[in-house]
Amino acid sequence: MRTVNSFIGSSIERLEDLRFLRGRGQYVDDVARKDMLHAAILRSSVAHGRIRGIDTAAARALAGVHSVITARDIGNRVPRVPMRLQPLPDFEPFGQPVIAETKVRYVGEAIALVLADSAAVAEDALALIDVDIESLPAVADRHASAKNESLLFEEQGTNCAIKFRAVRSDAASAFKDAPYIRRESFRTARHMALPMEPRGLLAEWDAARGKLTVSGGAKVLFFNRRTLAKQLGLAESAIEIVENDVGGGFGARGEFYPEDFLIPFAARHAGRPVKWTEDRREHLMCMNHAREAECDVEIACTHDGTILGLRGHAYVDVGAYMRTNGAVGARNVAQFMSGPYRIPNIDIDVALQLTNKTPVGTYRGPGRFETDFFRERFFDMVAKDLGLDRVEFRRRNLVARHEIPYQIATITPFESKDEFDSGDYHATLDRCLAEIGWAEKSRLAGKLIDGRYHGLAVGCFIEGGAAGPKESARMVLEPDGMYAVYVGSSAIGQGLETAFAQIAADALEVPMERIKGVFHGTTSYVSDGYGAYHSRSVVMGGSAMLDAAEKLRAAIREEAAKRLGCAPSEVEIVDGSRAVGPAGKSVDLKGLSSDGIAAEGAFLNKKHTYTYGAHAAHVAVDPKLGHVELIDYVIVEDCGRAINPLTLHGQAIGSAVQGLGGAIMEHLIYDRDGQLLTGSLADYLIPTASDFPNIRAVVLEDHPSPINPLGAKGAGEGGIIAAGGVMANAVANALGVEPRQLPLTPSYIWELAQAKRPAT
Amino acid sequence: MPVRFEVNGKTVEVEVEPRMTLADCLRHKLRLTGTHLGCEHGVCGACTVLVDGAAVRSCLMLAVQAEGAKVVTVEGLSNDADLTPLQKSFRKHHALQCGFCTPGMITTAHALLSEEPDCDAARVREVLSGNLCRCTGYISIVEAVLDARAAYRRKEQV
Repeated sequence: MRTVNSFIGSSIERLEDLRFLRGRGQYVDDVARKDMLHAAILRSSVAHGRIRGIDTAAARALAGVHSVITARDIGNRVPRVPMRLQPLPDFEPFGQPVIAETKVRYVGEAIALVLADSAAVAEDALALIDVDIESLPAVADRHASAKNESLLFEEQGTNCAIKFRAVRSDAASAFKDAPYIRRESFRTARHMALPMEPRGLLAEWDAARGKLTVSGGAKVLFFNRRTLAKQLGLAESAIEIVENDVGGGFGARGEFYPEDFLIPFAARHAGRPVKWTEDRREHLMCMNHAREAECDVEIACTHDGTILGLRGHAYVDVGAYMRTNGAVGARNVAQFMSGPYRIPNIDIDVALQLTNKTPVGTYRGPGRFETDFFRERFFDMVAKDLGLDRVEFRRRNLVARHEIPYQIATITPFESKDEFDSGDYHATLDRCLAEIGWAEKSRLAGKLIDGRYHGLAVGCFIEGGAAGPKESARMVLEPDGMYAVYVGSSAIGQGLETAFAQIAADALEVPMERIKGVFHGTTSYVSDGYGAYHSRSVVMGGSAMLDAAEKLRAAIREEAAKRLGCAPSEVEIVDGSRAVGPAGKSVDLKGLSSDGIAAEGAFLNKKHTYTYGAHAAHVAVDPKLGHVELIDYVIVEDCGRAINPLTLHGQAIGSAVQGLGGAIMEHLIYDRDGQLLTGSLADYLIPTASDFPNIRAVVLEDHPSPINPLGAKGAGEGGIIAAGGVMANAVANALGVEPRQLPLTPSYIWELAQAKRPAT
Repeated sequence: MPVRFEVNGKTVEVEVEPRMTLADCLRHKLRLTGTHLGCEHGVCGACTVLVDGAAVRSCLMLAVQAEGAKVVTVEGLSNDADLTPLQKSFRKHHALQCGFCTPGMITTAHALLSEEPDCDAARVREVLSGNLCRCTGYISIVEAVLDARAAYRRKEQV
């Protein structure tokens, strides 16, 4: 009897857990090689300055030091960290040298690399390097940046890297006769992904074979290999990038950082394996930052609350260089300011301003977290102005089901058009209101109970996913009758091996035990891969697996037909273990081919999926302490199709808590001289187990995506996107104040509460 | 200098620099890499091990201070045959994603449940608040620990 599987959609316990729970995961710092050197990096303690000299003699003389590498050792022109996404020529002049050449532009920028017999000696040697830096005025924020008095790149004459503009229809006309217009400014603070595993790399150069192996890769192995091959003058085939177990990604890990050149270069330079593991202080000042954005926008409405237009300016502090995916957040701030709402006329520009701070990149829900706060906060102000219920205001303006596919604002200069793929945005809003008990709880709004004011809020979001252009998968029927799956996707701690095994087992119609493994860890498994970003793995990698499975089953039928003496079309594969021909003749797939049978599949895609939903919060705010207690928090999202509801639910809760961290506590603080003041986990606060105990998530699959065979949508970012706006609105509702910035720290809330008190 | 202590039931003697932390000694000298380092300044809790039964941050303790102690790491709380009840509960509740903080969560929870098998959710949250996790949002971890209490109560009776 033919089994029909339903692993997809089942809450299967994760395969990865078996090793992680026993302490047998293998993260890059767990790997060691004989004769390995350890690297430590001297980083700039000056935010902006000109390098006059670097004296490494004393460091070189220290016992146990193998060598010290500076820009001079690298060659004529030090390679630049590439822009992986939006590689516009405009960004090229603002690229980051992998090691400082003539100037330093942020605290933490690499100046020299020490190789030594132990990590401790390498760190000792850093203290012996004498760097002479002529300090220049630090550009500490976007206002100073825009003045162009102190320039990060003098030859460019400006600190503005580029301006993007998001346009839909004709905003100027919409504002001309609008009955109601309001203008507001909002801002979000710089914070970061902060995965729990710090970055690390282990590079090995095999001189005899001319082969370089780099462990510690993540996210985008194939892009990073292409980059490294160019920079080192090697063929791509001479480099293997290996992904070990990865302790969290969230957008920041796995991009090409300066160390991704320096450590492999050092291994070739020294002719010995070189390992580098960053410490948390380095992590806080070197990994991509995110989220520092401001806006000054106007909204136009009719008196019944129908939005006519949105226009204005946004500003993103991108730090010292344009690198990796540093333009994505700014692009999204402009393009997605309208969120899931029907805003017919839009004209928003966003300036990417360089400052003497760590360069930015993506962090889960890039730009969307920021812009959702701007918009949802603005909406509550407008609804109040117009005397409308804030839920009704949202209902009136949400894109309706019949309007989908709905085209959003087009972004220039790269003409990125985009449209929503499927959904019922009103349904998730209504479900969210029902889940939190909006009707009953509304009575608590603004009430003072036991010294705390209660507040409620609700907000809507959309989450983009499934970036193209392509993903690859290869499936093999092994001689022993087991199946192996090789993918170009990357695991960053999200449970990819389990979800992919579920998809593969369903596609091959075999029990999951017959899937020997989902192999994703190196650039050698498939000919090309695009990795894990923009919530793309399930949609892209999963769909590629469906294609590979179909091709593999065809190949198996063909091989079996030869044995059975019939046509391939007459062969039926039963239970994934036997091929049955006419008249019941059958052949066991075990041993069908002594070399195994393999098939490659791919999925190509130019469109995006849009998961959507709503968040609601019930808070109690202590006006004297400025403390916000989260009494209840609900996330409702529709992601088209859930592969593993258990892990998807975990993604929703986990990302919500990250979002609440960004809403309430996380802030990378710099002083006027560009010094990072939050250089430890005692200063940079992230949520702990006692902060947000009451969060619920409801994940729906009512509206599958029409743009891929699984019907799945990129998921896992929805929990973070709406958190800032919803929490700010809940505090506003509780205290009757108007927060215009995040995070909602105790001191900020206290200030707002104080300002509201009538003067005595 | 030499240091002698017991790790997961076996006596070891290791030559270490006086400045070497217990965490580095476990990871790099003894190759017990289940103990993870997330911050090296005592905040994240990923490096938590049991020293004479107490949950201790091995990044804040020098290897030489372990002289004569009984140290248990996540490897010592595991076996090949099957997951332990605490580990099973973590798996069932999806209390881990990337797995990096997990060894510290397991050791901390084990120490708590061994002492207080009847602890309530607030107590679990209080104790685990010294262990940072960036993936799960903690809710599933607290559920997993609460669900594992029964196994520790039974153990106590034996």
